[in-house]
Amino acid sequence: MTDQAAIAEQFDDLAQQREATEIGIWAFLATEVLFFGALLVCYAVYRYQYPAAFLAAAREANVVFGTVNAALLLTSSMTVALAVRMGRAGQARLSGHALLATVALGLGFLVVKAFEYTGDIQDGLFPGPGFRLAPPQTQIFWSLYWIMTGVHALHLIVGIGVLLTIFVLLRRSAFDPRHNTTVEVSCLYWHFVDIVWIFLYPLLYLPGRS
Amino acid sequence: MTDIAALPPTRAGLHGNYLSAGHTVASWLFTTDHKRIAILYIASTTLFFFIGGAAATLIRIELFTPDSGILTADGYNRVFTLHGVIMVFFFLVPVVPSTLGNFLLPLMIGARDVAFPKINLLSWYLSIAGGALALYSLLAGGIDTGWTFYTPYSSIYSNSFVTATAAGIFVAGFGSIATGLNFIVTIHTLRARGMTWFRLPLFVWSLYATSLIMLLATPVLAMTMVLIIAERVFGIGVFDPERGGDPILFQHLFWFYSHPAVYIMILPGMGIVTEIITCFARRRVFGYEFMVYALIGIAVIGFFVWGHHMFVSGQSGYASLVFSFLSFLVAVPSAIKVFNWTATLYRGEITFPAPMLYALGFVGLFTLGGLTGLFLASLPVDIHVTQTYFVVAHFHYIMVGGMVSALFGGLHFWWPKITGKLYSDSFARFAAVLMFLGFNFTFFPQFILGYLGMPRRYHAYPPEFQVWNVLSSAGAVILAAAYLMPLGYFAWSFLWGERAGSNPWDATGLEWQTASPPPEHNFEAPPQVPEVPYDYHPGRESARD
Ligand SMILES: [Cu+2]
Repeated sequence: MTDQAAIAEQFDDLAQQREATEIGIWAFLATEVLFFGALLVCYAVYRYQYPAAFLAAAREANVVFGTVNAALLLTSSMTVALAVRMGRAGQARLSGHALLATVALGLGFLVVKAFEYTGDIQDGLFPGPGFRLAPPQTQIFWSLYWIMTGVHALHLIVGIGVLLTIFVLLRRSAFDPRHNTTVEVSCLYWHFVDIVWIFLYPLLYLPGRS
Repeated sequence: MTDIAALPPTRAGLHGNYLSAGHTVASWLFTTDHKRIAILYIASTTLFFFIGGAAATLIRIELFTPDSGILTADGYNRVFTLHGVIMVFFFLVPVVPSTLGNFLLPLMIGARDVAFPKINLLSWYLSIAGGALALYSLLAGGIDTGWTFYTPYSSIYSNSFVTATAAGIFVAGFGSIATGLNFIVTIHTLRARGMTWFRLPLFVWSLYATSLIMLLATPVLAMTMVLIIAERVFGIGVFDPERGGDPILFQHLFWFYSHPAVYIMILPGMGIVTEIITCFARRRVFGYEFMVYALIGIAVIGFFVWGHHMFVSGQSGYASLVFSFLSFLVAVPSAIKVFNWTATLYRGEITFPAPMLYALGFVGLFTLGGLTGLFLASLPVDIHVTQTYFVVAHFHYIMVGGMVSALFGGLHFWWPKITGKLYSDSFARFAAVLMFLGFNFTFFPQFILGYLGMPRRYHAYPPEFQVWNVLSSAGAVILAAAYLMPLGYFAWSFLWGERAGSNPWDATGLEWQTASPPPEHNFEAPPQVPEVPYDYHPGRESARD
């Protein structure tokens, strides 16, 4: 058994603590699914109502930036999984490097996204007076685009903050990744943010291109 | 699951209790003890209750006379919206899980705390931050959309403080998600040795069902609030009809949360009432398993009935048909609960202290509220009474008559455990009876008003409705007195009351096996659970006398 200090006082042992954090993160992800689910419902309803406008609007999205970002995030899912593996194997240093790589890929995503956003605004793709597409229903697509990608980007920023915190804690040997679920739990969150993008990417970038 | 063999020696001190563990303000504001957090919640939800109550008072004063009295039409809109928003999102939804639930859940399953004590404290701060945003919009001028925020009025046209309020609901919503998550994990992982799922007290089961709803419905409301804010602030709306936005889609999203929210409000009340009725009938609960399945059944079916709020919205007639059928279906588990409470009373050795009076009041008012709900679930009747006081009376019977009675019952039942002091039972029984009478006096006339066709949300009305409105306003005075009374005798009890002892009601349940008030870590020794819950039987009682 490991030292008692790693166990919070409400738990009897490490197994119980591990079980609690695991159920906790899955419950949290269930909440997140419903949170994004509301947006996906809006998308589904409006795409069903206005198929032509949605295809015309989606053709204007910057598919190159979108695809690059999908590649970046998928790669980051691999590095974050490596961080967990190495942590479990007791390789705290390597695990930290994998976390840094993940953070770098996440930041890369945000940089690309910033360029994309700038281009979208210059292109007259922000709904409102300067919006350049017709019919008016295309504004609904672009409203959903901004809200969906915006909420996703906020999640990614939170994820980067979490991974950086864990990196610092690992460096200070604040916890032992062999017995602690912190890395695994944050990794699950990161995968979730990644999976959301896997849904957003085909919905926002690919329609109307075949 | 819980491995008691590996338990370290109990870390609770042998002396002192959670109240004496610290006397500074910081010891309260930075506590992670679930019992202290419960007290923080009692303070904050009581404050919101009286703010919402003040708005209700203004409404009843305005409606005393048929013409415009103290409020303008616009002022009236703002007052009833304030009443609805504060009472629903900042009082009724959080109140039982966060106060009694927080205090009792770990005690009832024999745990030292909830699974994530820091997140538990964070929940309270989120609820305070959300409440502060809502109160800010109140002081800045209020909102006039009604608590339902129907678009496009709320998202485009309203000139009131919708954004701040929506943000407040969003923030407080995450407080309630965090509470639900904490409870689910706690119930899964921290049950004491022998506390199997089917030995859990029904209050714990009710919190479990409630937590599932909080976890799965609240995020949809949160996103709906985001959509309103995005439309108001950035103009990136999806509900604007000029762009092809669909206001009915908003209503679907809103009620997908707000109908299950009714069960967030009522399920914990059902749990409380079960604890009280078994104790004061000295009977094992009738049909324990049925009670569990009924709770889960209500929570699950409750997710699929939201369309009954939209029978006249223009949604598909077939959808209305299905929603109507499912709404009737959800009445079945609710009725099972009422029958089982009644069957539990049968041949019991019933006594009538204050908690029991509140609990029986709950059963009566909930039944009346539930039966009138069937009127509203049926399409033709609903079209007749939609948007009238009949609807107002119905949901007040469930939420105020039912839920608040249960809350008061629970507060009176566990007050000796929470504070270690006894209160005056005669004052409390008087308040309980007063509350039952005052409530019916206030809200029964509204059924008649609604049936006669008086619409809700108007500050003026034709003179022939006045007699019923005067009755309702007069009843509200009695109801207000019944709500204020406990402040007096509870304060007296806390300061000068007799010591309660660990188990003043001679109740079963682990929370009664530890001291009152409980020590910081709840139990001096790990509790054992050798038997099924509610092991009351007359034989044991006669042996005692
Ligand atoms: Cu409903």
